[in-house]
Amino acid sequence: MRFSALRILKEGLTGNKGWQAHWRDAEPKPAYDVIIIGGGGHGLATAHYLAKRHGITNVAVLEKGYLGGGNIGRNTTIVRANYGLPGNSEFYSHSLKLWEGLEQDLNYNVMMSQRGVLNLCHSDGQRDAFARRGNAMRNQGDDAELLDREGVRKLVPFLDFDNARFPVYGGLYHARGGTARHDAVAWGFARSASDRGVDLIQNCAVTGIDIEGGRVRGVQTSRGAIKAKKVAIVVAGRSSQVAAMAGLRLPIESHVLQAFVTEGLKPCLDHVVTFGMGHFYISQSDKGGLVFGGDLDFYPSYAARGNLPMAEHVMEAGMAMVPMIGQARVLRSWGGIMDMSPDGSPVIDRAPVDGLYLNCGWCYGGFKAVPGSGDALAHLIATDNPHPAATRLRLDRFATGAGLMDEEATGSQHNLH
Amino acid sequence: MRIPCPLCGMRDLREFSVRGAALPEPEGAAWSAAWDDYLHNRDNPAGESREFWYHGQGCGAWLVVTRDTVTHEIADVVLAGAEAGA
Repeated sequence: MRFSALRILKEGLTGNKGWQAHWRDAEPKPAYDVIIIGGGGHGLATAHYLAKRHGITNVAVLEKGYLGGGNIGRNTTIVRANYGLPGNSEFYSHSLKLWEGLEQDLNYNVMMSQRGVLNLCHSDGQRDAFARRGNAMRNQGDDAELLDREGVRKLVPFLDFDNARFPVYGGLYHARGGTARHDAVAWGFARSASDRGVDLIQNCAVTGIDIEGGRVRGVQTSRGAIKAKKVAIVVAGRSSQVAAMAGLRLPIESHVLQAFVTEGLKPCLDHVVTFGMGHFYISQSDKGGLVFGGDLDFYPSYAARGNLPMAEHVMEAGMAMVPMIGQARVLRSWGGIMDMSPDGSPVIDRAPVDGLYLNCGWCYGGFKAVPGSGDALAHLIATDNPHPAATRLRLDRFATGAGLMDEEATGSQHNLH
Repeated sequence: MRIPCPLCGMRDLREFSVRGAALPEPEGAAWSAAWDDYLHNRDNPAGESREFWYHGQGCGAWLVVTRDTVTHEIADVVLAGAEAGA
């Protein structure tokens, strides 16, 4: 079933009776070439690119709950490629290019909206840093524009430009950044993978990873044993638990990141805007709710809910930057569980077990990485070589200290990112 | 979340900062696989966890907090020095 304007017209005229399920709810087979543990955005994207680019379709995606029920369904939907360091820079650049063609690739409306991401600066030093970052982005082939105060005012006149502590000095504008509809991204990848023959198996919790002679042989699940030549762990938020089944201890701590959404409002905020002093970022969803968030709560947590101090900090930062949002009522807040790595950057690499692959450590940046991550992991699984855009996302960089990607320059240590 | 400081009593989360998993420091100052493991790798339990917390906005004590990372329930808090038997 392909989506098209003609199809929508036809269905509209015939009572919408012709739509079918977007993917097959498959039963597990005894064996596969590749098993992907985790039916979230990254896992489903991996399945899509394995099938599409590499012709590998004897693949199962095992999901312990329902497809797209984890962090792909509870993020703040921002897509961008404004990183400064080698490694992250080319990877997120690649991912953004895939985002730009994703709807055509998947024949699925993911509501990709390149509404622009604006990072505000509030000091000369910060402006200098943004100039440097912007140049790095442009050298990478991406877009960046350093705006002065008046340039920012043209885009977002409602900011508190003369805030006593944090006056707005300018901003770095990344016009190709924006937002996408997070659930549709999962559904689009799921549909494409399923159509190409991948088995998407829900309610199938992996309980063990079978290893013989240093090589992975398959997995144990709540629905029986399944053999596989290759297994990928793509379960950010729960990476430590699944990796432990293979005897691995990862450089990851799980932390909670809160997010908030207000009641629906008329369109008032056209871009993604981030505050440069204190952690705060905001956009307006197509439904009208203001979607915003801040920093981690900064203690390890699997609770999927945070505590009040960070909620208060986020509200305070929001009021300091955009006083007009004070009238809006918060509808709900939630917490997602983040795989935090010591340097704040991800890992796509072979595990120290033959045939086992790791995709983890996405910190609070997993959503924008979804297509790039799927493409890179599929390439790694299919060829056993890293994708050219992901050669630096190595697991051993913490041990060697070579190629750390510490964007905030706070050090490669837990609790600093 | 509130933490019962052994010196100050029950105090608000705002007064504390977490300082990471309470792990024993490896022997020797030279770089080794043990130091890499100590600095980077974590059990990262979903459940009971032992962590250092610093009561920076209170008495300044370092604490070892035994805490459930799923429920945020705190089972035990002791002074870090006492815990190590130092």
